[in-house]
Amino acid sequence: MENILNWISQNEQIIYIVVLMIFVGIEVIGRVPSVLHTPLMSGANAIHGVVVIGAIIIMGKAETDNYLALILGFLAVVLGTLNVVGGFVVTDRMLEMFKKKKGN
Amino acid sequence: MESNLLTIIYLIGSITFIIGLKMLSNPASARRGNRLAGFGMMIAIAGTIFLYKHEGEKLHNYIWIFSALFIGAVIGRFSAKKVKMTAMPEMVSMFNGMGGACAALISLVEFNHLSKELSYTGGGDISSVQPTVLIIVLGLIIGSVSFAGSMIAWGKLNGTVKDLSFKGQNLISLFILIAALGAGAYLIYDPTQSIFVYIILVLSLLYGVMFVMPIGGADMPVVISLLNSFTGVAAACGGFLYNNKVMLTGGILVGAAGTLLTILMCKAMNRSLRNVLIGSFGGNKAAGAAGGKEQGAYKEISLPDTAMVMSYANKVMIVPGYGLAVAQAQHICHDLEKILADKGVEVKYAIHPVAGRMPGHMNVLLAEADVSYEKLLEIDEANDEFKTCDVVLILGANDVVNPAAKNDPESPIYGMPILEVEQAKTVIVNKRSMKPGYAGIENDLFFRPKTSMLFGDAKKVLQDLVSEIKNM
Repeated sequence: MENILNWISQNEQIIYIVVLMIFVGIEVIGRVPSVLHTPLMSGANAIHGVVVIGAIIIMGKAETDNYLALILGFLAVVLGTLNVVGGFVVTDRMLEMFKKKKGN
Repeated sequence: MESNLLTIIYLIGSITFIIGLKMLSNPASARRGNRLAGFGMMIAIAGTIFLYKHEGEKLHNYIWIFSALFIGAVIGRFSAKKVKMTAMPEMVSMFNGMGGACAALISLVEFNHLSKELSYTGGGDISSVQPTVLIIVLGLIIGSVSFAGSMIAWGKLNGTVKDLSFKGQNLISLFILIAALGAGAYLIYDPTQSIFVYIILVLSLLYGVMFVMPIGGADMPVVISLLNSFTGVAAACGGFLYNNKVMLTGGILVGAAGTLLTILMCKAMNRSLRNVLIGSFGGNKAAGAAGGKEQGAYKEISLPDTAMVMSYANKVMIVPGYGLAVAQAQHICHDLEKILADKGVEVKYAIHPVAGRMPGHMNVLLAEADVSYEKLLEIDEANDEFKTCDVVLILGANDVVNPAAKNDPESPIYGMPILEVEQAKTVIVNKRSMKPGYAGIENDLFFRPKTSMLFGDAKKVLQDLVSEIKNM
């Protein structure tokens, strides 16, 4: 029990961020029209690609002979980058269609 | 100095994510919002590579990092550019799965690192690493479920994975989930039992498969949105692990926004999330109940007759639906519109907001086929115009024109606004078969005297229709 309490006070900042971000996340997309549901999902999908940063850190700090970390890290960076780049490009393509529609 | 710079970069990154998401929920600014978030992501990644310090040391292995980034970026960009508009949801699902897998891999490597350290110190100070193990386990479970689930969703959307549900499936899924959580709890209790990390991995992957397997293909957008928010949380676990604020904000932001979006999507389709997740059973039951009711006979119409009726009409309204998207018939649909317009027929489209079961799906599809924006009527405008139409052609839409939503309080879709096609003089329905639609309920419309059925794949039927009209 004391462990948990200690951990909470050690990570006070992080816990604040988590709680506030939950509210921000809900607030920010509260009034989205239904036509934008799919692009918004896709855009959010690209944003969680930020996980790639963790993968980069893994690779960057791995000892050069730690092949397990290097190989898994390499795979993780490839997949994470796929998520980021693919996510943003797909979203942009979806939204391009909307723009064209509006322009006509 | 450098680490301060990185802090500022991460701060900017986090802010662009928030503002980007905000802009994405407004049609006028959506595209800029996406690019803004993309920019924030780019500087956050570049900052990490060049400025991040681990225990006072800069990152190394640059060649590995850059080649991995290069491979991922090239494949990602290429596949995102090449994918057809109709296949967008499965692409999103695929990318989402990649993010989940990335989070799971991070957990695996970090656990490995941790257990090595533990074995150096002889497993002495377990209690100090327990919180870290908790985060690792959470990231592993959520990331793996998201990965496996997204892959199944991807397979379902492109037709390689069929719906599968059997008796007691929910119970077995629940059991697997509990087993995974139990294994996780044990690993936190005793982090030296490193074999458990692989047991958790396998169980979580299995749960991801079982979780998505019974859910119908048409519900996939909702499921993908849910898995999307899972991956967000998994990414946030990475943020915890490295005390990395941009991962944390990005991940939690998507986790929260994704959850709300999932609920909003369900609402737009007039269903509850619970109904979607265990829906394969509810859906079947509803179909059985409605099927038991005595239905009259429906009448079929032949292609030449359809061509005749349509080309001599003054005004035709096309109601596109999921069937059009599946058959990828948007271009040939535009051809039909043009050839009818040449014959002096006024053609318009009635777009239901959730037609196609992916909100905004029809707008995107028809825009891709160059259908002009003025021809697309929203639900209220369309309902005003139906009475002036001679023919309504329904292409693979079902629930959005089901009169039960208006007059049958028992119906699961009761209360959903529908397109009131019956105000037109004639209604022609193109469907592949008499099978009920997405919500699994019978549609009275098909048995009404004004309605004629034109069976077949939307693309094939439209092609034949166009050549028939041409030859007239």
